[in-house]
Amino acid sequence: MPLQSLDITRRSATTTPSPSARQTTKVAKLIDVSKCIGCKACQVACNEWNDLREEIGVNHGAYDNPRDLTANSWTVMRYAEVEEVSAEGTRLEWLIRKDGCMHCADPGCLKACPAPGAIVQYSNGIVDFHEEYCIGCGNCITGCPFDVPRISKKDNKAYKCTLCSDRVSVGMEPACVKVCPTGAIVFGSKEDMIEHAEERIVDLKERGYKNAGLYDPQGVGGTHVMYVLKHADDPEKYSGLPKDPSISPMVALWKGAFKPLALLVIGFTALAGFVHYVKVGPNEIEEDGEEKEKA
Amino acid sequence: MSKYIQRYTETERINHWIVAICFILAALSGLAFFHPSMYWLVNLFGGGAWARILHPFIGLTMFVFFFIIMLKFWNHNKFNHNDRKWLGQWRDVVANREDKLPEVGRYNAGQKALFWVMVVSMIVLMVTGMLFWRPYLSQFQSIGVIRFVTLLHAMAATVLIIGIIVHVYAAIWVTGTLRGMTRGSVSAAWAKKHHAAWHREVTKQG
Repeated sequence: MPLQSLDITRRSATTTPSPSARQTTKVAKLIDVSKCIGCKACQVACNEWNDLREEIGVNHGAYDNPRDLTANSWTVMRYAEVEEVSAEGTRLEWLIRKDGCMHCADPGCLKACPAPGAIVQYSNGIVDFHEEYCIGCGNCITGCPFDVPRISKKDNKAYKCTLCSDRVSVGMEPACVKVCPTGAIVFGSKEDMIEHAEERIVDLKERGYKNAGLYDPQGVGGTHVMYVLKHADDPEKYSGLPKDPSISPMVALWKGAFKPLALLVIGFTALAGFVHYVKVGPNEIEEDGEEKEKA
Repeated sequence: MSKYIQRYTETERINHWIVAICFILAALSGLAFFHPSMYWLVNLFGGGAWARILHPFIGLTMFVFFFIIMLKFWNHNKFNHNDRKWLGQWRDVVANREDKLPEVGRYNAGQKALFWVMVVSMIVLMVTGMLFWRPYLSQFQSIGVIRFVTLLHAMAATVLIIGIIVHVYAAIWVTGTLRGMTRGSVSAAWAKKHHAAWHREVTKQG
């Protein structure tokens, strides 16, 4: 993490500019859902590289394992069985999506975090948690439009995918990308990834997926993890990938306009009291003159 | 006629100061999370994580003791006809033209209004705070509820802080008031001037 300390675009709960002398290229991870075979090599690689192990769970009759993201599992494969109704009849589709942090250009977690520097956004677009500054309040969960951060039960710190910021900072690709056997996950500059996605979308459209498209939601300023979806018109099909995610208006108000306004009104009230005292003076008991004169 | 009149019992005073101390601690730790400019306040509590851990317990303690005091003073804070008139003459209140104001009982309309502001904001703070208390209770709520109650919590806290500033200032401004809450008694002259109806009532009995 300290390797990238000169290229910080944004820092949580910080009102002055962050160290940003170094400018890096915007990166992106592109997940081509149409190429994914659901092998979970990415999950394993994530655990391997970050040296984390999930607790042994229970079989609950689905491929999803673990069932959800956790403080130790920063990426999970989600398996959805969807019936596609078309002119040719009903067809069962198995839609598999690698879930994890989307690395929003406008990160809701960072906006909501009260601890200075606990969440940073590097100039390459990676949003990273610095757990040593985390106070465990969970505001990042409140702010995230994708329900990604998880608080560890062990240490009450928030964890999520780092997009392998440690690897990327030394010119390597994220571990999940390195290990993907079908090339469903690719990594590079955001520009190149969009270009690559467009080629894939043309190919998918030729194969009959007329709604194929790129998932790079503009409601959060675009993301540094993008998907190529066969059904980009309805991303909800992919285990509830939000169609048009954005920072909730509640969070935007709480951490936006309300914050300075509330402070201003509180400060003004205190000041008004002071001015009033100086102007009008105390409300004293005049009848009680004798006692006063004595004192 | 004795020179001093009992206004608050020992129990009421202790109760009040427990609420007051809890309020200061809850407000300072809460403000630390509210705006980066006040994050340094976490140092008073032993750092960010400690402030986060302690804040809900302090808040809950505050609410419990506030609740007791609230039940005790509930009946004294019902609005009457004179109170509406008093509020209508707020300019006379602020300009210290107390002789023009309608006669006041145990509490004036400003105190009563403040009482209800505190009741509402305390209840909102307690309920919303419980709903997003990590790591104990937040997992039972949907993210939509958590977002809503977090915003509401910040808003209620702002209202309460403003209310308490007014409360503290009024106690400073009207000299002789603080004594009621520190020693329990106020001077007869104070009672006559600021709470004439109450003064008449208590001196008649006595």
